[in-house]
Amino acid sequence: MCLAIPARITALHDGAMATVNAGGVTRDVSVALLEAVAVGDYVLLHVGYALHLISEEEARETLRMMAQTGLLQDELAEMAGTSGGQGA
Amino acid sequence: MKYVSEFRDPVLARNLARQIAAEADPARQYAFMEFCGGHTHAIFRYGVHDLMPKNLRFVHGPGCPVCVLPVRRLDDAIEVAEKHGAILCAYGDMMRVPGTGRRSLLSARAAGADIRMVYSPLDALALARENPQAQVVFLGIGFETTAPATAMAILQAQAEGLANFSVLCNHVLTPPAIRHVLEAPGIDPEQAVRLDGFLGPSHVSTVIGAHAYAPLVARYGKPVVIAGFEPLDVMQAVLMLIRQVNDGRAQVENQYTRVVTDTGNQKAQGVMAQVFTLRPAFEWRGLGSVPDSAFAIAPEYAAFDAEQRFPISDKASRETKSCECPAILRGVKEPKDCKLFGRACTPETPMGACMVSSEGACAAWYTYRRAEAMGTPAPALEPAQ
Repeated sequence: MCLAIPARITALHDGAMATVNAGGVTRDVSVALLEAVAVGDYVLLHVGYALHLISEEEARETLRMMAQTGLLQDELAEMAGTSGGQGA
Repeated sequence: MKYVSEFRDPVLARNLARQIAAEADPARQYAFMEFCGGHTHAIFRYGVHDLMPKNLRFVHGPGCPVCVLPVRRLDDAIEVAEKHGAILCAYGDMMRVPGTGRRSLLSARAAGADIRMVYSPLDALALARENPQAQVVFLGIGFETTAPATAMAILQAQAEGLANFSVLCNHVLTPPAIRHVLEAPGIDPEQAVRLDGFLGPSHVSTVIGAHAYAPLVARYGKPVVIAGFEPLDVMQAVLMLIRQVNDGRAQVENQYTRVVTDTGNQKAQGVMAQVFTLRPAFEWRGLGSVPDSAFAIAPEYAAFDAEQRFPISDKASRETKSCECPAILRGVKEPKDCKLFGRACTPETPMGACMVSSEGACAAWYTYRRAEAMGTPAPALEPAQ
């Protein structure tokens, strides 16, 4: 929860929302805390909010390292396993 | 060097290890605190500690948001769901943390309270929209990485007129916690942990920026090097810390320039400043009462403050007996010093928060160094090359 997940923006929506893909998990998030983003950008995602633009290489390396440490699985499970209204 | 083959660049790792060994002064002892639980995890997973000279040790810091939340605040959250009938939304990490009497959000849910696991405060907002007849409370926890999201959710609720949404705010701040570790108030200097510098957190620093540590460094004369998450980042940052110590310097240095800037995310800082106000003091598990270390919801947004909305009772909250989480969070003890570790307390049956969160020091020790912590010899390492 405290660690950010690198994600790629796949679509932009109204209300500063965007669809992202993080390690195969797709989810709508807010990009309201970034100055400007475009489809294809990589971002660091914190609990549903993109907080930083990063390079593709940085995103890939961070995902690889998080996967090796087992941290990624925890974060992605939370991201995929919960959505408004469904609980856990 | 059992894990070096898994480093992104094993040759660079070995070279860095050699460089560190060459520059570490054998006449000194180096103790560096990695503030962030994510760093603790990376250090253990890749065996970075095994690549360090004998006179250098890592001290695990309090940078695990689930771990530092005092039992009382968790008990309050359970009360809001049980007594006031609210839908309580919490991050997954919180669900199994034991409160007073080892009651957790999970056990309260099993007993009938409406407690939902959410990934984001956006999920809690969606629940508030879908359940206009119910009170929806978001349990806001975490450092500067999660606080902007909570602030944004409150602004969104206000914009939409979502009157049934509120936040139980427990957000805490990194620089005041570092200050507190250094000041160690009320702790016998003989007992206090001696530190020579800090590995600054990766993701918190993307939000607050490298400059946020400058006043601390100026005041206490201990270097801070902001480090990325990769084991190579950690090793590079350790080398930068050693050089500062050897030179008698104390500066903020940024190893993680790929991502962290001097000023951080100013939009995120702006919404935090707008929606939150500093609490004069906040109780942390392990650290005790830390001045100016946590956010409350600002009076302008009091309508979204669960502490104002619900009459939360005074209660005698208690840590699990014998759990050494508090001393471990101060860096004074290690998980192996706790008699519950690995016996009564495991990730499946956690007695304390440090075993629950994957960012907790006990969980990291349990996963990677259990045999050593429980007094059986560790398996032999590959010979260093």
